[in-house]
Amino acid sequence: MPAATGLPLGAMIQLAWRNLWRNHRRTLIMLIAIIIGVWAMIFMTALMRGMVDQMLKDGIQSLPGMVQIHNSEYRDDPSIENSLEAPGAELLSALNSPLVFGWSSRVRVPAMISSEQGSRGVILVGIDPIAELSLGFDAGSINQGRFLEDAGDKGLIIGHKLLQRLETRLGKRVAVMSQDPDNNVADRGFRIVGVYKASLESQEEQFIYAGRDIVQALLKIGTQVSEIAINGEDYRDVAALQQLISATAPAGAEVLPWMELNSYLSMMLGMMDGVVLVWIIVIFLALSFGLANTLMMAVFERIREIGLMQALGMRPASILYQILVESLLLLLLGLLLGNLLAIATILPLRDGIDVSAVAKGMELMGAGSTLYPALKIRDLVTANVVVIILGLLTSLLPAWRASRYRPVEAIAKT
Amino acid sequence: MNLTLSLAWRNLWRHKRRTWLTVVAMIFSNVLLVFMISIQFGSYQMMIDNTLATFSGHVQIQHVGYNENPKIRNSIPTILPLSEQLRSVLPKAHIAARASVFALVSSEKRSLGIQIIGVQPAFEARVSTLPGLLQEGRFLKEMNADEIVIGSTLARNLKVSLGDELTLLGSGRDGSFAAGVVIVSGIFASGSNDLDRSLAEVPLGYFQETFAMRNQGHTIVIAVDGLDQVAATLSVAREQINGQSQLVALDWNQLQPGLRQAIQADLTSAWFMYGILIILVAFSVLNTQLMSVLERTREFGVITALGVKPRKLASLVMLEAVLMALIGLVIGLVLGWMLAYYLSINGFSYPGMEQMGEKFNLPGVIYPSVSLLSMLLGPGLVFLFCILASIYPSLRLFRLQPVEAMRAV
Repeated sequence: MPAATGLPLGAMIQLAWRNLWRNHRRTLIMLIAIIIGVWAMIFMTALMRGMVDQMLKDGIQSLPGMVQIHNSEYRDDPSIENSLEAPGAELLSALNSPLVFGWSSRVRVPAMISSEQGSRGVILVGIDPIAELSLGFDAGSINQGRFLEDAGDKGLIIGHKLLQRLETRLGKRVAVMSQDPDNNVADRGFRIVGVYKASLESQEEQFIYAGRDIVQALLKIGTQVSEIAINGEDYRDVAALQQLISATAPAGAEVLPWMELNSYLSMMLGMMDGVVLVWIIVIFLALSFGLANTLMMAVFERIREIGLMQALGMRPASILYQILVESLLLLLLGLLLGNLLAIATILPLRDGIDVSAVAKGMELMGAGSTLYPALKIRDLVTANVVVIILGLLTSLLPAWRASRYRPVEAIAKT
Repeated sequence: MNLTLSLAWRNLWRHKRRTWLTVVAMIFSNVLLVFMISIQFGSYQMMIDNTLATFSGHVQIQHVGYNENPKIRNSIPTILPLSEQLRSVLPKAHIAARASVFALVSSEKRSLGIQIIGVQPAFEARVSTLPGLLQEGRFLKEMNADEIVIGSTLARNLKVSLGDELTLLGSGRDGSFAAGVVIVSGIFASGSNDLDRSLAEVPLGYFQETFAMRNQGHTIVIAVDGLDQVAATLSVAREQINGQSQLVALDWNQLQPGLRQAIQADLTSAWFMYGILIILVAFSVLNTQLMSVLERTREFGVITALGVKPRKLASLVMLEAVLMALIGLVIGLVLGWMLAYYLSINGFSYPGMEQMGEKFNLPGVIYPSVSLLSMLLGPGLVFLFCILASIYPSLRLFRLQPVEAMRAV
């Protein structure tokens, strides 16, 4: 670039910097507008990302398993009849592959839980607690009592909200009723050994956990299970894992990634990139008019000066670069301060923003009552790149016009 | 045209390009705001209407505490006479009594725990859309018939069809064992998976008999024609239950707190975005007006030296800003209205909206609401903030020293 301008880069930057501050009020106003715009881009994006991240975390936690195997009838009709055999040799060898970070098999059936005070419909999940922990079950969510110890543990874990609904407490006995594959009522008393807290109350009311072996015995299904959940490295990319498992899954089974099991969440995740980009561009457009205006005025005020420089032999391209460098300096300064401001507002909010005033509404959207802003490098880069590239494009018009003045006319202009 | 006005108008066009750039910034944000706000209002309206119309109604009378803890013992005594009494004082509203219990439903092949609702066959269709969404069969007819209407997913999971028998098992109000056999007379498909999987309705008379309710029930549902009638209806309902301290009348906010809060959460984040947009446009106006004042320092110096009061000059500059903002307002409003009007007829949709809509009781296509408020709110605020932004440049004129100003470049 400097070769074409005739001016050394250093001098050009110095010149642009001084020009920028000739009308300090105007530059300052534009700078503040850019800072506010950039701050809003990054801050809002971090909030939106944080909300969706949290929804994913909650969603995946309530149903861990990036890839899951079910009987092909199970999704439509989640009954004990539509079970799977425990993993065979072929599937087991696939589950030992390095692509698999953890797996667990569960029994998962609709059931009715009754205390002395009332009954509720729930989903009884028979789990192998050790395998679940490897799959990412958060033992810290158990806030009273203990987690199950092994698949043969005779205790029951229920949600905090359900505990309230049933007016019972830790250590009390409850009855759980479901049916076996022959449609006989299968029931059993359980002692509540642990109570968990989830960020969504609806989860706390819906899921109860017991040892898998105990549930299998209760339902008389031998070693059959309802689902096998498998985790890979990254929840966003599960294609390879799905392929591996599909190839070895038994006949009559359906191997699905979590995106298809929970289409709402995957839709939210998929839509986010678009939403973020639209937001960044809308803000930029609102800024761009002011930016174009500012540069146009700067050029207009200097018509005579520009004419003189041209008369002295400065090439039009040089003038174009001069204006672009001015715009670039303004943008860079605005971006720097805007980014810093955004980071400075997001960091203190790391521990979450309490939105429990609208908790029930957030729950309707599938989000918890604390919002954790998530600052992603990718979004930061997107915002900065969009502002610089589109900003320079916007400046091109005033810069180009400045380079097109005829020296004589320009000098004569008052 | 009066002199100041024509002066302001001409001043505005001394820098055509600058004025237009500022006006276009206003138009841009006005169109965007009209579009977004009318879509928001449209979808909130639909969300509220659809959610309330499906099942809960606008106002309900319940036993104190039933809303938080729907236990069978929290019941309304002599529910039918009370409903009749309400019907006579609220002739325009639709009123139906219900009872509800959690019970085990068994077919030959399956058993599932679900919510059983006892309804008045003659009135239920007026407060809930479910009876109208029957896929097969017919809705309940007689108060005491041993019939049941179930959701389509539930029918599939229980593996039953019309005319099949279902056994109900649960506990009665007095804690006794309650059981009954009913025949499937209808199957509804509401589109909401939750309802279709977990809801069944039987006639209220049969319900009372089976679950030892005698003449009691759990809720009296009142549906009105519009949200604007809720407050009046609520106060009439409260008067009617005045003497009975164990009863409360609740409006839809209390019945469905999630609905209002979801709207609030959405509004808050939306207004944050709109606020940023409006501020950025206001900054653009501030810059333009400040430049336009500064570059005329000499001119203003001469005018003040000739005896024109600064107040007069300031109002001239404000008038310029008002004219500019008016152009932005009118063009933005017309374009925004055209867009919103077109979409209110043809609908608006984006990929992923169906999954999103299902969660909020919305269809896959949204029709923006074109009302005075949804049209004027955004552009009105943009106008206001643009005028506010012009105050500082105008105030500078009061500090103008004629002699110095005339020497300025």
